Amino acid sequence: MSNFEYASAPESKAIANISDSYGLFIGGKFVDPRKGKSFETINPATEEVLSKIGYADKLDIDLAVKSARSAFTKVWSKTPAKERGKYLYRIARILQERAREFAVVETLDNGKPIRESRDTDIPLAAAHFFYHAGWADKLEYAGFGNKPKPVGVVGQIIPWNFPLLMLAWKIAPALAAGNTVVLKPAETTPLTALLFAQVCQQAGLPDGVVNIVTGDGITGAALVNHPDINKIAFTGSTEVGKAIARSISATNKSATLELGGKAANLIFEDAAIDEAVEGIVNGIFFNQGHVCCAGSRLLVQENVADEILEKLKARMSLIRIGDPMDKNTDLGAINSKEQLKRIHEISKSGDAEGANRWSPECKLPSKGYWYPPTIFTGVSQSHRIAREEIFGPVLSVLTFRTPAEGIEKANNTMYGLSAGIWSDKGAKVLWAAKQLKAGVIWSNTFNKFDPASPFGGYKESGWGREGGRHGLSGYLKSDVKASK
Amino acid sequence: MSRIDVNKTYKLFIGGAFPRSESGRVYEIKGANKKFIANPAQASRKDLRDAVVAAKSAVSGWANATAFNRGQILYRIAEIMQGRSEQFADEICLLEGVSNKVAKLQVDEAIDTWVWYSGWCDKLFSISGSQNQVSGPFYNFTTPEALGVVAVFAESKPSLIGVVRTLAPVIAAGNSAVVIASESYPLSAITLGEVLATSDLPAGVVNILTGKSSELAPWVGSHMEIDGVDVAGLSKKQEEELKLVGADNLKRIHRFATANNPERILSFMEHKTIWHPIGI
Repeated sequence: MSNFEYASAPESKAIANISDSYGLFIGGKFVDPRKGKSFETINPATEEVLSKIGYADKLDIDLAVKSARSAFTKVWSKTPAKERGKYLYRIARILQERAREFAVVETLDNGKPIRESRDTDIPLAAAHFFYHAGWADKLEYAGFGNKPKPVGVVGQIIPWNFPLLMLAWKIAPALAAGNTVVLKPAETTPLTALLFAQVCQQAGLPDGVVNIVTGDGITGAALVNHPDINKIAFTGSTEVGKAIARSISATNKSATLELGGKAANLIFEDAAIDEAVEGIVNGIFFNQGHVCCAGSRLLVQENVADEILEKLKARMSLIRIGDPMDKNTDLGAINSKEQLKRIHEISKSGDAEGANRWSPECKLPSKGYWYPPTIFTGVSQSHRIAREEIFGPVLSVLTFRTPAEGIEKANNTMYGLSAGIWSDKGAKVLWAAKQLKAGVIWSNTFNKFDPASPFGGYKESGWGREGGRHGLSGYLKSDVKASK
Repeated sequence: MSRIDVNKTYKLFIGGAFPRSESGRVYEIKGANKKFIANPAQASRKDLRDAVVAAKSAVSGWANATAFNRGQILYRIAEIMQGRSEQFADEICLLEGVSNKVAKLQVDEAIDTWVWYSGWCDKLFSISGSQNQVSGPFYNFTTPEALGVVAVFAESKPSLIGVVRTLAPVIAAGNSAVVIASESYPLSAITLGEVLATSDLPAGVVNILTGKSSELAPWVGSHMEIDGVDVAGLSKKQEEELKLVGADNLKRIHRFATANNPERILSFMEHKTIWHPIGI
């Protein structure tokens, strides 16, 4: 493969002005946590410390919620919808202006390839604000009643896999609908959220409309349990999602939950094979497999399985793994030591339960957290690697004989976030799409996202949708539902 | 001697049949005049599980029936109810102690509710589906589809409206339902079962249990094959307890404040978004 060697093309770190330390963003200002505690955020590709981050506890959360409440009652709910929209437009434009800086900081803090943060995360985040900006003064046309009202103060908790993009998914619709927010970014990826706080300042967003509190799970729980929060919006694991559902069960808080997945990627015998192979690679290795909707269960029709596997292995051998700042890199660093441990742990169960592991030969950097692209064949439905979300570059391969069996296996999971279908027969694609119990179906494509496209899961993959007209409903009061 | 009436045995409605409770339990229902009316079955946890099995097996056929077909069957329910309105009115008078006129108004409203939801079946995509303008060469559309098995705790009074208002939207969506009738006012629910059994509604789409909702609610909450719950007939406290255990499979649990509204249907549906590339 020497013909396909690439010269390294590193992005510069110079554009990222990361401060040595960050406080909490409450009431429009960066403030120190009450108890002065902090934690470090590191670059998972090098293990270098990037910055010291303020640790918010219950007291700080209370201040943030008070600031959001006061901004809601005194300012934001009185701001004309048209002007609300203009703030969101401003934010979208500033994100576009500062896109390169955001991409670099995202990659340094998260470990994802710069190509992905540059081409996916940041542009989509900006697009999300632009899309929702337009909704702000058109909510009465969205089909949720003539006088749609905001829910109030929203507590938002986001994961580390798409830090800025998940922030955008949360904050943009919340603000467009007239709510104020307290957002907690993930412990390991707080930087772009703190940079976003500066964007809010630059946009002149009224103080307290957006508050950013950094910390860990305890910080998140304090936010969920704060009595003056009207709604929780959470993206993360199903386990934590259920815990949130329990903690709000005796309250009037509503919730949207975007949780885990174990998506089936179904390859039918009549698929365009080369495109399907690209789709499989994109489905599981995009963002190191740190994707709740990753196509982590490959279901191949038996008569094309050998051909697919051969081509998949050849394609995987070309995946470039290494420095996330290199523009050629396909597979970056695993986000944290903890996550790497989890990937190792579940993958080892695949070995122990009798599946066959394969990875291409690849040199992993000596520092940082890395896992090679990996597939398991000979996987049965009862294996842990076929049932549990690994959240890493690990693909389980199963086969099926008839379309009905394929669907049956695809739906045999507690999750229902996404699924993929590969076939060149239109009627079959639509038939399969109808049978699959998942909120997002990618047919002859995978891992596509857009602010206009509702995203969210069936079953234990969560409650509600984000994006599109449907995503707005979670941020508007329903006059049909009681106790909301 | 005057003629002795042939009284009805009030039983459960599961999978299109009318069994007694497997537990052999019944409880006494007295009318507004404190006189004995009936001994309806007191459903057990096992009866609930049987009802869920019936509901689960009916869901795919019902959800995949055409919307036109579902709409016609809901309309058929209204037709059959109309023919039996005297019987419903008599039961309501007896149990609720209202005048025949008031009871008849309730029956009329219940029948009209079926007609109203019948008309919704084939309009849900229009009001809640969309084609989404994504930035790229993709055809992208969103449509609602049935959630699965939904448990309905019927409101107690007005007793017939209390069942129909909660049940009709659930099955209009294409779900199967397990109705837990009001403990004190169960007669209309059981008689409704007899209507449903003769309305071309596939067996198992609606199952009706009578008994103590306080006994059944925790089992409904923890049943992993129940996907959604309308808690209309439960107290706030019971609702909270059900939500706590219902988190185990993230049940969609709702209580509505408005009588007839399409949101009652859509709340028990999931939205599916399908992407497909456009190109040659």
